[in-house]
Amino acid sequence: MDVPFELVRIVIAILALAAFVGVNAVILVWVERKAAGFIQRRPGPYEVGPQGLLQTVADAAKLVGKQLFTPAGADPVLFWLAPLLAFLPIFVLLLPMPFGPTATGMEVNLGLLLILAFAGLNVLSLCLAGWGSNNKWSLLGAARAVSQAVAYEIPLLLSVLAIAFMSGGMDLSAIVREQGGWPWQWNLVLQPVAFIIYFVAAIAETNRAPFDLPEAESELTAGFHTEYSGMGFGLFFLAEYAEMIVVCGVAAALFLGGWRGPFGTDGWWWFLAKLYALLLSMIWFRWTYPRIRFDQLLVLNWKWLMPLAMINLLVTAFIMKL
Amino acid sequence: MSAPTSITEKITRLWSLIVGLKVTGKYFTKPQVTLHYPRKTLDDENLLTYRGHIELVGLPKKPGTPKCISCGMCQAVCPSNCITLTKRKPPKPTEAEKKAMEEAEARGEKVKKPSAPKDPASFNLDYTLCSLCGCCVENCPVESIRFSNDIYLAGTDPNAFRYDLLQRLKEQAAAKPGAQKAQAASGGETGEGEA
Amino acid sequence: MSVQREICDVNPFPEHVAGDFYSNYFEKGQAENTLIINMGPQHPSTHGVLRVLVEVDGEYILRAEPVLGYLHRMHEKIAELKTYYQYMPNMGRVDYLHAMAWNWAYAGAVERLAGIEVPERAEYLRVIASELNRISSHLLWWGAYLLDLGAFTPIMYAFDDRERILDILQRPSGSRLTYSYFRLGGVAADFDDIALAKIREFIPHLRGRLPMYKDLVTDNVILRGRVEEIGVLPLEMCRRYGATGPVVRGSGLAYDVRRAEPYSIYDRFEYEIPTDTECDAMARYSVRLAEIEQSLRIVEQAVAALPEGDFLSKGAPKPRWKPPKGESYFAVEGARGKIGIYLVSDGSNSPYRLKLRAPGFSNLSLFSEASKGTLLADAVSILGSLDLVIPEIDR
Ligand code: SF4
Ligand code: SF4
Repeated sequence: MDVPFELVRIVIAILALAAFVGVNAVILVWVERKAAGFIQRRPGPYEVGPQGLLQTVADAAKLVGKQLFTPAGADPVLFWLAPLLAFLPIFVLLLPMPFGPTATGMEVNLGLLLILAFAGLNVLSLCLAGWGSNNKWSLLGAARAVSQAVAYEIPLLLSVLAIAFMSGGMDLSAIVREQGGWPWQWNLVLQPVAFIIYFVAAIAETNRAPFDLPEAESELTAGFHTEYSGMGFGLFFLAEYAEMIVVCGVAAALFLGGWRGPFGTDGWWWFLAKLYALLLSMIWFRWTYPRIRFDQLLVLNWKWLMPLAMINLLVTAFIMKL
Repeated sequence: MSAPTSITEKITRLWSLIVGLKVTGKYFTKPQVTLHYPRKTLDDENLLTYRGHIELVGLPKKPGTPKCISCGMCQAVCPSNCITLTKRKPPKPTEAEKKAMEEAEARGEKVKKPSAPKDPASFNLDYTLCSLCGCCVENCPVESIRFSNDIYLAGTDPNAFRYDLLQRLKEQAAAKPGAQKAQAASGGETGEGEA
Repeated sequence: MSVQREICDVNPFPEHVAGDFYSNYFEKGQAENTLIINMGPQHPSTHGVLRVLVEVDGEYILRAEPVLGYLHRMHEKIAELKTYYQYMPNMGRVDYLHAMAWNWAYAGAVERLAGIEVPERAEYLRVIASELNRISSHLLWWGAYLLDLGAFTPIMYAFDDRERILDILQRPSGSRLTYSYFRLGGVAADFDDIALAKIREFIPHLRGRLPMYKDLVTDNVILRGRVEEIGVLPLEMCRRYGATGPVVRGSGLAYDVRRAEPYSIYDRFEYEIPTDTECDAMARYSVRLAEIEQSLRIVEQAVAALPEGDFLSKGAPKPRWKPPKGESYFAVEGARGKIGIYLVSDGSNSPYRLKLRAPGFSNLSLFSEASKGTLLADAVSILGSLDLVIPEIDR
C-alpha cells in the first residue's frame, strides 16, 4: 500500500501539535497564575510539584473526574458540541505555524488564510454554548461573544493583509524567511501600526481581559460557560489558552521575525522566546486593567481600529505600488 | 467614554495605560508580602493579641484547678448562652460524721455543715455560638476567664468546638506546668495582658 | 412536581408555576421581547446576598428592583431581648466593614439616654479606632469595586494596606473584623504603645501608597470610561431617597454628621469634607479616596493629642444596669453614611425599642431609579459605587 508522504506528515504533525498544545497550555496556565501571583505579591501556585508546576495537571485531573452535568432544558447535542468545536480546530490552526526553519506542520501557501478561516469557528462554539445551555447569562455572553468576535475579525484581517501585501503571499514560512534576524529587520519596524492593531484585536478575539466580555465574571457570572462542568469547562479553558498560543504565534511570525535570530542563530528557540514574550505581555495586561464596557469595545473597534487598519492598508498598498 | 478633545489629552489617556503597566511591572519584581502558611507562621507579636475562644485560668498554686468560684456570672451575662457550668454538690458526710453532727445538733450546738468546693463541677463552652464579645471575661469577679489565642482552629464537626474547659485546663497544666504558672501569674483581665 | 403545584395554589399569579412572589410580581410588568434576569442572591458583584431583579432589553436595563431580606438577622428585635450591656456585640455584625461606627452609634445612644460621661482618653481612642476602621472600609470598597469592574490586582494591594490596619486594631480589640470594642462609657481596652507606634508608622506608609493607587487605577483610561458619567445621581434625587455619606457628598452636598451634628470630640480636629459636584460614580470614587486622606489626618492629630487617663468611665454600666425612662437618638458618620440609632427605654434593663438607621438601605433605594436605561455593566458599576454592605441593609 502506498501512503502518500504528505498524509503521514500531517498525522505526525497533528500528534506532535497535540502534545505541544497540551504541554504549552499546562505551562501557560502555570505561567499566568505565577505571574498573577507575583504581580499581586503572593507566591501563586506552590504546593503541587516544584513551585506548583504540576498544579495545572492536578486541576485537569480534577476536572476530568467531575460529573458532566447537562442542565435541565438544555439542548444536549448543541451543549456538548460547543466545547468540542472550541477545542478541535486548534490543531488545524497550528498546522501551518512555522515553529522553525523546517518544523512546520504543513507548508501551505495560504497558511495565513487557513488560520484566519478556522479561527472563525470559535465564534460558532461560543454561540452554541450560550444558546444550548438554556441560561440567560450564557445567552447574553454568547451575544456578546458573537458581536465582539465578528467585529474584531475585521481589523485583525486588515492588519494581517498589510503584511501579506508586503510579502506578496500568505505563506507564513515565506513571510518569516523574508524578515531578518535583527529587530530592525522585522516587519514590526515597517508596520508598527498594524502590529498594535493586530495585538489589540487578537486579545479581543481570544476574549482576554480587558476584553473578556463574553465571560465577564462580575457581570455575567461566567458568561457562555456558566453551565459547564468538568471537562466541558476544561475544554473551553484549554481552547482559550491554545488560542492565545495561536494568535501570539502568528504575531511572532508576522511581525517579530518568527524563528529568525541574530548571528544566524535561527531556530525554533527564537520562535518560542518571542511567542512567550507576547504571551507574557497578554498576561500582564490582564492583571493590570479593568474590563472595558461593551459599547466602548465596539466603539474602539469601529471608530478607531477599523479606520486605522484601513488607512494603514491603503498606505501600504500605495507604497508597495511605488 | 467622553470623547477626548485634544491630541494631548488622547496621548495622556493612552499613557495612563502604560503607567498602569509600570505599576504592576514594578510590583512583579518586588518581594511577596504573604506568609507561606503552614511553612511559616506569623510572629507572636501579632498572634498573642488575637482573641480566640475563652479558657479558664488556673490557680497560681494549683494550675489544674480554675480560680473560678462558680458564681455563675459569666453564664448569666453571656449574650449568646454559650457557657454551661454546674456547681459542685456538697460532699456527702460519712455515717460517723452524720452521727456526730446530729448529736451536736441535739446538744444545741451550732453545726458547720460541709460546704461545697468552690470550683465548678463542669464548665462547658459551645464555641459555635460564642461571639467573642468579652462580656464573660470582663465580668468574672475572680478573673478566672481569659481569651486563648488559639488561632489555628479548623474542624469538620461542630462537636469539635464544644469544649470542656476544665479538661482543657488540666491538659494545659499537665503539658507545661512552668509555662502555665507564669501565664496564670501574668494573666490579666483580658487577653492583652499576655501581649 | 407536587410541591410546585402546591405553591401554585397559593400563588397570586397562577399563570406562573415557578418563581417566588417577587419574580412573579415583577413579571407582571414585563414588556414584550424583554428578558427578566435574576441578578443574585448569588452573583459575583452583588457582594453577598443582594438580589436584584432586572428586566433587560438586549443589555439595556428597563427596570430593576432590589429584593432584600436574605441576610435579615433581626438585630432590632434581638435588642429587645438582651440587656443594654449584652447588646454591644451585635453592633459589630450589622456593618462588618465599619463596625466601629455602629459600636459608637449604640454606645452614644445609651450614653445620651443615661447621661454617662465618657473619659477624655476614651473619646480619643474611639476617634482613632473609628477613623482607622473607616479607612479599612474604604480600602476594601476600593478593591471590591475594581473587582466588579474587572481589575483583579487592586484588591490585593488594598488588602496589603488593610491588613496593617487590622493588625493595629487587633491589638486593643482582639478581633479583626466584627469588632465589639466600645463599651457603654468608654472602650474595652487601651491602645498600647506598640499599637500607637504602629499607627504612627502606618500613616506615612499609606500616604506613600495613595499615589500608586492613583497611577494604577484612578488615572486609567479604561476605568475612567467605566465610571465617568455613569450613575449620575442629582442632588435632588439623593435628597428624595435620603442618601447620605459619600453618595450625597459625591453629588455636591458637604453633609457629614461629624460636622453637621458634631458628636464626641470631632470639633477638635482639623479636616475637610471632600465633595464633588459631578454626581457620577467617579465623583463617589474620588470622594472616598479623598476621605482616606482626611481620616489619616484625623488619626494623626488624635494620636498626637492623646491624653492620659482612663479608657473606661468609673461609673460604666454593669450587665444588669437599668437606664432611666426616656428616649434618645444618636447619629454618627459611618463609611457609608449616616448611622442613626433611636432608642426607647421603659426603665427596664433591656431596650423597649431600638431602631437602626442603616445608610446602605437608603443608598440602595436609589438604585432602581439610577439604573434605568443603563447597560448591565453600568448597573454593576453603579451598585459598586454605592458601596453596599448587605448585612447592614437587611439588619
Ligand atoms: S465571649 Fe461573649 S459570647 Fe463568648 S462566652 Fe464570653 S460572654 Fe459568651
Ligand atoms: S468563671 Fe468567673 S464568672 Fe464564671 S462562674 Fe467562675 S467565677 Fe463566676
